[in-house]
Amino acid sequence: MDIHEYQAKEILASFGVTIPRGGIVYSPETAENKAREIGGSKWVVKAQIHSGARGKAGGVIVCNSPLEVAQATDKLLGKKLVTNQTGPEGKIVNRIYIEEATDIEKELYLGLVFDRSSESIMVVASTEGGMSVEEIAKEKPESIIRSKIEVAVGIQNFQARELAFGLGIEPELIRRASETIIGCAKAFSELDATMVEVNPLVISKQKQILALDCKMSFDNNAMFRRDKVSELRDKTQEDEKEVYASDRGLNYVSLDGNIGNIINGAGLAMASMDMIKLAGGEPANFLDVGGGATPEKIVKAFRLITMDKKVKVILVNIFAGINRCDWVAEGIVQALEKIEIKVPLVIRLAGTNVEKGNKILQESKLNYIEANTLEDAANKAVTALK
Amino acid sequence: MAVIIEKNTKILIQGFTGKMGTFHAEEMIKYGSNVVAGVTPGKGGQKHLDRPVFNTVKDAVKHTGATASILFVPPAFAADSAMEAADAGIKTCVAIVDGIPSHDMIRIKRYMRRYSKSDKMTLVGPNCAGIISPGKSMLGIMPGHIYKEGRVGIISRSGTLGYEAAQQMKNLDIGISTSVGIGGDPINGSSFRDIIEKFETDDETDAILMIGEIGGPQEVAAGEFAKANMKKPVIGYIAGLTAPKGRVMGHAGAIVSAYGESAIEKVEILKECGVIISKNPSVMGDTVKSVLEKI
Repeated sequence: MDIHEYQAKEILASFGVTIPRGGIVYSPETAENKAREIGGSKWVVKAQIHSGARGKAGGVIVCNSPLEVAQATDKLLGKKLVTNQTGPEGKIVNRIYIEEATDIEKELYLGLVFDRSSESIMVVASTEGGMSVEEIAKEKPESIIRSKIEVAVGIQNFQARELAFGLGIEPELIRRASETIIGCAKAFSELDATMVEVNPLVISKQKQILALDCKMSFDNNAMFRRDKVSELRDKTQEDEKEVYASDRGLNYVSLDGNIGNIINGAGLAMASMDMIKLAGGEPANFLDVGGGATPEKIVKAFRLITMDKKVKVILVNIFAGINRCDWVAEGIVQALEKIEIKVPLVIRLAGTNVEKGNKILQESKLNYIEANTLEDAANKAVTALK
Repeated sequence: MAVIIEKNTKILIQGFTGKMGTFHAEEMIKYGSNVVAGVTPGKGGQKHLDRPVFNTVKDAVKHTGATASILFVPPAFAADSAMEAADAGIKTCVAIVDGIPSHDMIRIKRYMRRYSKSDKMTLVGPNCAGIISPGKSMLGIMPGHIYKEGRVGIISRSGTLGYEAAQQMKNLDIGISTSVGIGGDPINGSSFRDIIEKFETDDETDAILMIGEIGGPQEVAAGEFAKANMKKPVIGYIAGLTAPKGRVMGHAGAIVSAYGESAIEKVEILKECGVIISKNPSVMGDTVKSVLEKI
């Protein structure tokens, strides 16, 4: 789960990281006052969407008066911001963060992620802040320093110190820099985060160490014990169909193609999408109804797929193990009594009692195309497009 | 002998009396697995499915001599149950459960470092289908009858894609020595490399089919291990050719976040390691067949 920049800043501030003074507004009317409240003579108005690269997309505006702050807020609120991370449809701006402008002396990069090779938390830092970590890795790989946190004992002072010295930070600021790194590491461990990124982490002309932009992601599997974090979810930042799916226990990812598919199991779903691609088609989605493929889940899946107007063919591929094919077939027949499908439907069943399952489908009033193998199903789905 | 489990391996069900535990324990018993007891804290002394229920894994091990366990406990309690199994001397533990936080998985793995290599439990999963050695024993939730007895080892992150492979192989009259589902989570108990190493020394396995997917370094690590250490042929398939970067594809671990984690990159690296690639998921069985014909 992702959260907004201002939310990440509030969290990190509670772990001892210094952030510039700022506040959130939801309307232009309140923006002017908020700027006055924050004080200073220069402000940055930042569109809050779940994406990086907002500056390049026009989502960050520097203002020299409270009036300008109000105007910038008015300009950004309600707008769809398209960045290189949002896809062409962009993301809606419903919240604006107003922040006191910082006199930057130096920009650094600080990130924490799970390292799957060493199965530990990895701190990644670089003197080249402001660029994405991918860009840094490509253009200035020698600037990257890393430190592995032993999760059983957490980050140690010496590790934070080594990183701070490694970043070339002047001696009188080392202590504050270490505290910042330790704060991020503690937030990561204590809140079940999967990613903390402060980019840039800046040293201001006033010799403060400030988190100027922050990003945090959290482990969905841990939300049962993170009430406060899960309250930060902003569904307006997610694909509407993906929200519908996640609320109903389906694993769904919206894609750009026109062959909708309903599959049980994540691996089989990815494999079926691969077959569609190899057959010359493009999948409209990833959809895993779960290993069991219960009739209730199948009904929900059909409702979801029919919400997607770009779908021109639907491919159903179910491998029924313990939940036999005949039972799954009955579920499909029942589902389609409730939902009208206006596009060609290809169904491939496999596994236990496949003959019985296919017989149930054949004897129903369903208008569908039967397929036998994964390849056959993908080919028939692509052919049905024409 | 089969890898990991054998015909008479004594099995405990952790979370025995719950709905999931009961259903799958029955399936395992029907298959012929030697399920000797179960553990549900607070229900010790009762009988369930004609088998004794114990309060703790230690009690169950003491009274039954069980060496394997399978977890059907909710995600919030799964880490605790896995560590309890490790501490009670269980040798093989399968965690079926989907939804264990990654921080908990790391905790389990750190906890297990206290044991010497010979005493350390093999943890398989979480978020997996489990282990089956066809005709011998099933420590998992798979439909047992689609697995024909034979001499090919399967390792798969995905459950249903592993079933698909087993079915394709059965249709071609190819049997399986053991199939291991290692699960779809980013941090798991056993990696491809851990299991592939066991297959290399297993005298009942002639070839290995490795079914991977996008995300993480484990397929490549197994490929590199195979290149350096293995004589048996390894066949591979990687799902997720069409998966967009940075999106989680169902499995918590199926996300491309670094170089070498996409399907195309993994396939290229595995080819360089000498792994024979099944060019699409529909021909996993055919690819295994053509490899077996050359042995």
